[in-house]
Parts: sequence; C-alpha cells; structure tokens
Amino acid sequence: MTVEAPTRTGITGGVGTSATRPDGIPKLTGNYAFGSDISAQGMLWGATLRSPHPHARIIRLDTAPALAMPGVAAVLTIDDVPGRKHYGLEHADQPVLSDGIVRYWGEPVAVVAADDLEDATRAVAAIVVEYEPLEPLVDSEVAVERGEVFRTINVRRGDRDATGPVVVEGFWETGMQDQAPLGPESGLAIPDGQGGIDLYVATQWTHTDLGQIVASLGVTEGQVRVHHAGIGGAFGAREDVSIQIHSCLLALATGRPVKMVYDRKESFVGHVHRHPSRLWYRHEATEDGDLVKVTVRMVLDGGAYASSSPAVIANASYFAVGPYRCDNVFVEAHITRTNNPPCGAMRGFGAVQACFGYESQMDLLAGRLGMDPLELRLRNALAPGDVMSTTGQVIQGSLPTARVIEELRAMPLPDAVPATHPLHLPGGTGLTTDPRHVRRGVGYAVSMKNLAFSEGFDDYAEVRVTITPAGVEVHTAAAEVGQGLVTVCQQIARSVLGIQQVAVVLDDTSMIGSAGSTSASRQTQMTGGGVEAVATELRRMILDEHDGDDLDDTGVWRGGELIVPLERLAAVGPATHHLRFRHPPTDIPDENGQGDLHVDFAVAAHRAVVEVDPELGLLRVVAVDTVQDVGTVLNPAALLGQVEGGIMQGVGLAVMEEIVLDDGVIKNASFTDYLLPTFADAPSVTARFVEEPSHFGPFGAKGAGEPPTISSTAAIAAAIRDATGLPITRVPVRPDDIALAAASRSG
Amino acid sequence: MRITLTVNGEDHTVDVRGAESLLHMLREDLALPGSKNACEHGECGSCSVVLDGELVCACLVMAADAAGSTVRTVEGYADGDTLHPVQQALLDAGGVQCGFCTPGFVVAAAELFDENPAPTADELREALAGNVCRCTGYGAILRGLESLAAGTAGSVS
Amino acid sequence: MDCEHPHDLDTALAALADDPEATVLAGGTDVMVDLSFGHPHPSHVIALRRVAELTEWERGRIGAGVTYRRLERGPAGALAQASRTVGSPQIRNAGTIGGNVATASPAGDTLPVIAACDAAIEVASRDGGVRLVPWSEFFVGVKRTSLRPGELVTAVVFPEEMPARHEFGKIGMRNAMVISMVSACVTRAADGATAVALGSVAPTPLRATMAEAMISARPDPDEAALAEFARLVSDEVRPITDHRGTEAYRRHASGVLARRLLERCLDGGGR
Repeated sequence: MTVEAPTRTGITGGVGTSATRPDGIPKLTGNYAFGSDISAQGMLWGATLRSPHPHARIIRLDTAPALAMPGVAAVLTIDDVPGRKHYGLEHADQPVLSDGIVRYWGEPVAVVAADDLEDATRAVAAIVVEYEPLEPLVDSEVAVERGEVFRTINVRRGDRDATGPVVVEGFWETGMQDQAPLGPESGLAIPDGQGGIDLYVATQWTHTDLGQIVASLGVTEGQVRVHHAGIGGAFGAREDVSIQIHSCLLALATGRPVKMVYDRKESFVGHVHRHPSRLWYRHEATEDGDLVKVTVRMVLDGGAYASSSPAVIANASYFAVGPYRCDNVFVEAHITRTNNPPCGAMRGFGAVQACFGYESQMDLLAGRLGMDPLELRLRNALAPGDVMSTTGQVIQGSLPTARVIEELRAMPLPDAVPATHPLHLPGGTGLTTDPRHVRRGVGYAVSMKNLAFSEGFDDYAEVRVTITPAGVEVHTAAAEVGQGLVTVCQQIARSVLGIQQVAVVLDDTSMIGSAGSTSASRQTQMTGGGVEAVATELRRMILDEHDGDDLDDTGVWRGGELIVPLERLAAVGPATHHLRFRHPPTDIPDENGQGDLHVDFAVAAHRAVVEVDPELGLLRVVAVDTVQDVGTVLNPAALLGQVEGGIMQGVGLAVMEEIVLDDGVIKNASFTDYLLPTFADAPSVTARFVEEPSHFGPFGAKGAGEPPTISSTAAIAAAIRDATGLPITRVPVRPDDIALAAASRSG
Repeated sequence: MRITLTVNGEDHTVDVRGAESLLHMLREDLALPGSKNACEHGECGSCSVVLDGELVCACLVMAADAAGSTVRTVEGYADGDTLHPVQQALLDAGGVQCGFCTPGFVVAAAELFDENPAPTADELREALAGNVCRCTGYGAILRGLESLAAGTAGSVS
Repeated sequence: MDCEHPHDLDTALAALADDPEATVLAGGTDVMVDLSFGHPHPSHVIALRRVAELTEWERGRIGAGVTYRRLERGPAGALAQASRTVGSPQIRNAGTIGGNVATASPAGDTLPVIAACDAAIEVASRDGGVRLVPWSEFFVGVKRTSLRPGELVTAVVFPEEMPARHEFGKIGMRNAMVISMVSACVTRAADGATAVALGSVAPTPLRATMAEAMISARPDPDEAALAEFARLVSDEVRPITDHRGTEAYRRHASGVLARRLLERCLDGGGR
C-alpha cells in the first residue's frame, strides 16, 4: 500500500482579488438572519409611544389603560429605568424615556411589551398622555443667539489681518438627509433568568451599546452580552441606541424575550439624521490663484440631543477648507440644540457639508480669476509634507490630491448618446422632456476626509486569530453592515497565513473586546489592520516554535516536508494570538483647533455629467466618475461597490433627498415622499483608484467608505450650474430652484 | 379566518389575522422571513413575491385575499445547493452588500428573465426601478444581470 | 375579519348590497397602504381579484379590474403612457384602473386621460342596475366620488372614437416611482378640437377649458399662440403648496407640460 505524500496547497481569494463574500449565499436565498428576522420561544413584541409634539410638557401620563389590555405584559416609563436615566454617544443627555419634557417630534415616552405586535400597538394607543405644547425652537440662528449649542469650535491659524486682492463670498446650505438603511431598527432581548440579558441587535458598535445598556439597567457589565444580528445597512443610523435599552428593560420586566422592530415611519424618528448646514464663506486669493485666507462661519443644527454632534462639528471645521494649502484660516462653527429631530452620524460626518461649501467657493473663485477650476485646485493642492490649512498638522503618509485631480481630468467624458429610451431623458417614463429641451453640464469637486477616530480618541480594535483543525478563525466584535469587512478579513488572513479556509466569527461582547465603531471609514484599517498584525505574529510564533518555514491548510512545513498537520497544530499550538490594534496617537486640539488631530486621510475627486431640462427643472445625472485615493486595493469588486454606493448617496443629497420639516415635525416620513435614487436614477460610474500606500492599515490600505459620498454631491451641483448658469447655493436642488429661476431670467 | 394557499410548492393552511398583509403572514406564520420589510408600503420592492404568476409586493397583498393562490418567495428559487442563475450572477458580480434588498431583486429579476431572457440595460433599469438598494448604487447588480443576459455570467474578472 | 372572494359580478354586488360598508379590495395598492396608516381594520372585505367580468376589455370599455400592466402593454397612446408611470412593475401588476378611479386621488395617473377623453365611469349595484356617470360628475373632491352605497366601479368607458392624437406627461422628483407633482393629458382631434386635462393641480382632474377654447380655434398655432396657450393653462390650474411641491412651481410646470404635450400632438410624429 502506498501512502500519498501530502501536497502543498495554495490560496485563492487573497488580498487583491475580488474574493466572493462569505455571507452572499444566505443573503441571496433569504436565509440570512437580520435583526428583524430572529425570534425566540415565548417571545413578546415591544412597541413605543412617541411624542406627537416637537416640544411639550407631559402633564399627565396614565399607563393603566394599556396595562389592562389583553396580551399586555408590561408598560414602562422613565420611572421604571433602574439605572442611569440618560444615554448618549458623547454625552448622556437623552432620556431613556421622556423625563416629563419632550424635545423632538417622535421622542419615546413609554414602551409596551405584549403578545403580538398588534396587541402592543393597540396598547400604546391606549396610554393616556396629556401634553402642554411648548414653543419649539427650530431656527438654528436663534439657537446660536440663545447659546443653545452642543459645541462651538474656533479654528484659528495664521494672520487674522491677512488679505488677498481677489475675494469671493458665498452662503451655502445643505438639507437634512436620512441614512435610510433598508433594514429597520430591530433586535431581540432574551433574559437569562439570572438578572442578565442577551441582546441580539443590528448595530454599528456592540461595545458602546453595552456600556449604555449596563448603565441604564443598573447591572454589571458581565450580566449583559450584546450579539450582532444581521444588519441591513447602516451609514451612521445605527451608532446611537434605538431599541437596545428599551428591549432589555422590557425583557427584564417581563422575564421573557422581547423583540422590537420599527416600521419605516418609526424608523425616521428612530435614528439620527445628517445635520442640515448653513455655511458662510469668504475666500481670498492672489491674482495668480494662491489661497491667502479662508474665513468660515458654520451653523449645523444638531436637533434635540447631542448624539455625535460635537464630533461632527469638529470634522466640519477641520475640513472646512478642503485639500488645499492656505496659511490663514479662521473658522467659527456652532452645532445647535433645537427641537428639530436629533442629528448625528451619516457617512461623511460633517465633511460632506463643508465640501459643498468649499468646492462651491473654489468654482466661484476660479470664475472670478478667469482660471480653469481644476487648475486652481491643482495650484493649491495639499501634498504630503504640507501643513493642513485648518489644524496645522503636517501631512504624513500619502495624500495624492494632485494626482486624483489629474487622473480624473484625463478620463474621457461620456459621449452624448441619442435618447432612444425614456430613461435617457430627464423625467424618465414621465415623458416630460424632449431632447431639444436638454442642456448638458459638467462639474468637478475634490474632497478630503479623515480616516478612523481623531482628536485624541483612544481608537482600537481587538482581534483574535485561532488555528482550528478546519483552518483559521478570525474573531472580532466588528459590525459587518454590508460593506464587506468579513470578506477583507478572510482575504488578509489567507494572504498572511497561507491558509485558505478562514471563518470570520462575529463575537459577542463577552467573548472579545471592542473593535470600535463601524464608521469613520475605519474598520478595514483597524480590524483589518488587527487581523494583519495578529496573523503575522501568529505565523511567526508557529514557524518559530516548530522550526518550520511555511504554513498552509495541511499544516506546518519544513524543507518540503509536512512536519505538523494542521489538526495537531490546533491541539498543541501555538494556535491563537490576539491583540488590541491601535493606530498612532492623535492630539486633542488646543483652543485654536490646532494639533495633530488626525491619523490618516483620503482624498477623492469626482466629476459629474448632468442633463438638465431648465424649463421644468428636471434633470438626469448621467455619469459620476471618480478617482479615489485608496492606499491599496484589497478587493476590487467590493471597493467598487463602496464607491458606487457612496456616490449614489451623494446623488441623493444633491437632487432628491431631504427630510422636510414644518416647525419640527417631519412631513415626509415614508419612502413615498423621502425619495431614494432608484435604478432609473442611477448614473454610470467609472472609477479609478490611486494606490499610494497608507502608513498604517493592512497591506497599506486606506478606508474607502466615506470619500465617495463627500465630493459627489458638490460635483453634481457644479454640473447643474454649468448646465443652467444658475448659482445653485443649496442642496438638494429642487425643480423649483431651476425652473422658476430660469423662468424669471428669461422674463 | 382560515385560508389555504401554496407557497413554494407546499400547501399551507393558515389562520389569517385580520387584514394582515401576505408579507406579514409569510414572515410570522409560515417561517419564511426571506421576504423583507423595509417599508411595507410598496415603495421599495424588498418584499417582492410572485402571486399567481405575477410579480407583486407582498406588503400590498391582503393575506386573506391570497386564499387558494400560489405564491413563490425568494426561498423558492435555489434548488438545494444550486443557486438560481440570477442568484449566481448577483453573487459573482459583487451585487450583494448588506443583503436586505437582495431577496426582492432575486425575485424581480428572475421573473424578468423568465419573460425576457435577454433584456437590455434600459429594460433592466425600468423593470427593476421598483427595487430600491441603498448599498450598491446598482452598479454591480446591473453588471451581474447584464452578464446573465449576454450568457456570459461568471466570476468577476 | 371576513373576506369574501366572489367569482362573478352578481355575487360581488350582492355581497356589497348586503353590507355597503364593506371594504372593497382589488389590487390592494391603495387599500393596504391606507390600512398601514392606522385606519381601522375592516371587519368585512370583498375581494374582487377573481371576478373575471371585471377584467374584460372590449374596445373603449375597460373593465375596472384591468391592471396597469395590461394598459401599459395595450394600444399606444396616453392611457398606456400614463399606466407605465404608475409605481413600479410590482405595483402595475396588481393595481387596476378601477382602483385608480375609485380612490380618486388628485394625483391618480389615469385620471387626466379619463378627463381629457371625456370618458365615463360605469358603476353598478344589485338594486340600482348599471349607470354611466360622466367623469366630471364622478370625481367630486379629494378622494371623494359620487359612488352611492352598494355601488361598484365596473368599467371605465372611453368614447368609441378617440381623438387622432393623445399624449400624457407626468412630473415627479425622480425618474421612476413618483407621485406626480403635475400630470397632464392633451388630446387633439383632426379638426383641431383640443382637450387639456391636468392632475395634481386641483382636488379633481381639471380641464383647462379656456386654454382649450383658445387653441382649438387655431389649426396651425404659431409660437405666440403656443405661449398664450401655456399661459392660459397656468392661469386656470388651482394648485396648492404641499411637501411635494410649491404652488408656484406647479402653476409654471402645468403650462410648460401642457404646451409640450400639445406640440407632440401637432407634430404628428412619435416621440
């Protein structure tokens, strides 16, 4: 009998390939368990009573009628919160349930648990509440006057008295956008019978949820375990607590599992939104186009509670000038507290609003100078070794600003093709527009974004890598929100260890430490960086210990011979390693906003082609092309997916997405009237990637999730200006803005 | 009231709760949570199913009105371990991110291809305009389905 | 809750006569949305999906149960154009012209076509027989019709002779799946008789009669006449400002859209 000698195995699907995502099949066959899909035996349904007023005092709250209803197991108010009555991402300023004053339309007042959702909904309606409406504060300027601000930032760098001969001033506005992830807020809280809870929830950061739940429940951290349920998109909507504390309270009060799912209307008040902004800019330059001074005043409206507003206004301030050199920069930025719906994290996080401001200004300035808009940008483009114009930080690592602009400029414009289908014209199948009504426009914009957390935040991600008889397990608490983190973790582990079989295990909070938030474009560099570091060290440990020279799915090899089969390696070790991956430290800003506040940056350039029907103000975004600074391409298809998806959200902010408020009340809390871009609205996208490796991050990769969303909006606005000659000072652009302005022009 | 209907080839007898939607019944009573509840207003297509041969939003069908009907949901497209060609095409093209819109796209695209095996890009866009995706920007979905239409569906290069 | 599934019209009408308060359900695309907004759940539903007679389509008489999908693929013209703009394929497979009419939303997409063509609404009841109601007497307000208790919309009846040209257009904030900000249908007969009906600019479909009179008298309108036509349409509409659009925009867009549709009718060619 001959025994076959073991053969070496290689890997496929390593770094640099478009490896197929490991969770694709269950998602395609309907078997992937999202937060709204899970259930437990004996489960109750939770529902929430919400305020119909943006500002009011609660005079009377009587839950007895609800408790008396069939199927109702619990009705809770603020008095039933055993621990900390408030929660919040940065400041614990938001009551778990109303403290007697409601401060925004939709604020939770009470929660109910009942046998089914219908019973719970009926019980909510049976709760007696008497409100004394109060005058809502909805104007952010008035809020500034009254000192109702979560944070004021002053950035001061250079000479206050510096001036430039060429001056352009502008006032720019952006509306309130919603993240609108398709998956609703959802989760299931299961009591363990010993005063503790297992919570399964769709969230961007299980450990920060844990801290807030523990505080409000008045239990110890060991008593609560937060598990990831499948997440239907996030984009910032799941950083703040939604159902977490409510469902746990109800579960502990009833002793039974409690499931909570928001419908779409409730979802609109169940999470924060992108801050609307008002931006006053003055750019001063030399006749040759060198920026001399930029002065900015920004007011972003944070709504009723702090959420992450303090960090958002910081971002907006530090990126107020964009990727350009300027020695004199003065920014005064306020983020206000009003009775509008709370605002917080959304992809881009303050840099989006700022970009609309500074890029609109750069085009105005170019016009005033008689200069090509891209030449103006190239002339001032920030490069490594330059000083960041707002914070004074010397740019380390890569920052290919000029290169993304030049490569984008070199991309051929899409041909204008004859319209052969209604979708080729503005108005689509509405047949509103003939080809002769159409004007084409082209616009560019460039942006800069920080990657990972800043301003001295202790930003880390814990990772554990383990060898098993089957292959490798990568353990992380990171949230996979759809972006493909699980895929790149597999790819990195494969490429470092040489082992093909890699399972990514999303651990609950009791099994592993925090991975940090899935936000700020950070997970690839942080958790991915952690996987690279841990796997590299584990491989070294294994080869050292066994005096081997290579590793693969069969085991440890030396000189072409298998010396330790994988199953044995898993048993005798070294079989596991873990660490807390940190990025290089950042500074806390001084009182002038100065310091090395950020750890890494990415730039991107976007070019939009639009076709506008000026008489009706309808338009079609034909193409948004881009060149993005990505460090290293880990997975081409997944990266392109992030870019195309981010651009589409930029399209939304540019031309159709806005939460419409009337004295603090949301008028369009549904997908009927909060319009998301459909297939028929999607531009073509051609994307190129510049690979100048980052100084930290796996294989030199940079985060890529946010840059596509930042300058795409500004580029589309610029293209609309090109097509119409109109100033377009506000996004989203409405048909009125174009049609009525054009009409009054033509008289 | 009690109704009988056939879902993915299997007969079911269900006690309908009032005017609940077919979507609600599929998810809560028939343990078929594949059809999704992103908006429940017919505005996103995430609950797309085939009812008596027609592509519809299950959230807009009163379950009681599905008595005696035949329903096909996303769970009824793969054949054991073998994916439906639409599913395979979307997987290979990177057309799945969070996956919440995915079941709706599978059903809507499969029905389209049944009727029209070689749709143009414009026909795809119009036929799928009722399926909203928030993650992908539709690019990879279009590429996957275009390859399927061209008979070239396979791995992403 | 009780849900009846009649298979013929007489049975449906009998059920409705016995309980005029019953909820009538066809495609569900309006009824189910209403229910999810918290309207009280019905105790008695009469589902019409299986009544084959309601899906009959004979020349100008279109059964109430005919779906937008069939209309979209029907004879080319304004009704097919309007039907193509409704919602999504999922909505069009379920929604019916009878539902559009019975719901009587000011933004109903087929309503401007019905009004411009002077179609009539056929209604029937067990005890009152069949009535043919002119569209202008059928739509009486925002989501209000002159349907009597026990009556069902059974068909929409277009004239045997349709005008030579008919064109439809709909303005919304994105290129698919929109509720119209303004919609319009313009028809032009060989003798120049022109009808202009608009949706979303009044509680019910609106005929711009002054604009019609002016342009019908012009067999070959020049630029000045077309501009005047647009101005008259803008003057006659009665739009409001709501979260979907402003009065000023709707007024302006009405004139522009009506003029373009008329120009297509005058062109004689397809688009």
